[in-house]
Amino acid sequence: MKAPRFSYVRPESLDSVLELLAEHEGEARILAGGQSLMPTLNMRLSEPRLLIDINRIDALKGISLEDGTVRIGALARHAEVLESPLAAEHLPLIADAMPHVAHVAVRNRGTFGGSIALADPAAELPACAVALNASFVLASTRGRRTVPARSFFHGLYETELAEDELLVEARIPAIAPGYRSAFMEFARRHGDFALAGVCCHARVEGCVLRDVSLACFGGEDRPRFAAAASAAAEGRAWSEEVKDAVKAALGGELEPEGTFHASAETRVHLAQVLAARAVDRMLAAG
Amino acid sequence: MEEAAEIALTVNGETVSARVEARRHLVDFLRLDLGLTGSRLGCEHGVCGACTVRVDGAIVRGCLMLAVQADGADVWTIEGLSDAGEIAGLQDAFVARNALQCGYCTPGMLLTAAEMLKAGRRMTRPEIREFLSGNFCRCTGYHAIVDAIEAVMAERFRD
Repeated sequence: MKAPRFSYVRPESLDSVLELLAEHEGEARILAGGQSLMPTLNMRLSEPRLLIDINRIDALKGISLEDGTVRIGALARHAEVLESPLAAEHLPLIADAMPHVAHVAVRNRGTFGGSIALADPAAELPACAVALNASFVLASTRGRRTVPARSFFHGLYETELAEDELLVEARIPAIAPGYRSAFMEFARRHGDFALAGVCCHARVEGCVLRDVSLACFGGEDRPRFAAAASAAAEGRAWSEEVKDAVKAALGGELEPEGTFHASAETRVHLAQVLAARAVDRMLAAG
Repeated sequence: MEEAAEIALTVNGETVSARVEARRHLVDFLRLDLGLTGSRLGCEHGVCGACTVRVDGAIVRGCLMLAVQADGADVWTIEGLSDAGEIAGLQDAFVARNALQCGYCTPGMLLTAAEMLKAGRRMTRPEIREFLSGNFCRCTGYHAIVDAIEAVMAERFRD
């Protein structure tokens, strides 16, 4: 189908984006990579009055490292993050996840900020942000605020973002010495949204895991920091017994929806198997 | 703020300027306004890859980009790459290996395959399949397409 009629504006500065958002509150949508917004327009699931194209705002671009924190600008394309030596060195979890994000042509346009702001529950990057305890900088004419990833996602496509706010950048702690991470997902076709996926991040001492952070996505309405499963692995030497404890904890805390692609039971099972494999891989990587 | 805008860009090396509706996506602009019908519309929501075109040196979904966003861009379609001879080797290999039947996905496949060749090395079959995973073909079963791309890489990137 064809998109409905809308007005289009391509501001040259961040301030004018924020002023436009304030002026057209609720009637405007931000156009970044367009890889999710454009399908909803073409299918007429969304009929905004105005599209605000932010693609030429330089302040939203780039990836940089400052005081142990990696800043990823909202407009950083997936392809750019995938090829970034800085991301590969300091954010191995995201480097690991990025090849699973869609397909080449989509990664060439799709943006980091777009994926976070959309909050698709089956998307990889929101889950990585939750696992790594990232935070997001939101801007509006009212000022700026920083929101932790773990409280940013409210539900299916629902986030902390107010209608006049723009996600400006993600701030993600760079991996510290002794830490490792692993990403795993199960999808029906490579690059499609996952039926289940896990992000694992921990400090590894021999085969003991500490400061464990396990996040799951793909079955529920938002990425989940799996607190019980993380606690089950905390401070213990990885063994069949601990593996079973992590799986049992996941079984207790995950409440996925079943769809015709996979039942709720299947999704829990997939998350359990993937979590165990992710830890195995993380330990083997040493 | 308007529902239409003036744009100027290059398409297949030629300068083009036009007034387009904001809601017009890039492939409709190419097909309906410029008559370049090689780029196809399959699903029109970013899944099938039939609309693949090259914008500023990288392949994109032509149905997921607005024509107004291509203002100032350098756009290449199957017509331009074909006329320039850049993909002649791929086209020959597709024919030799029966890598197309109805041909609807073929322009998108060729654009994606051309992007693969830019890596400048031989890829494994699983790597080729992964790279192609964003392009649907409902006829060939993909095997022959992978064969064709593998053959071109083997020819071009001898160790």
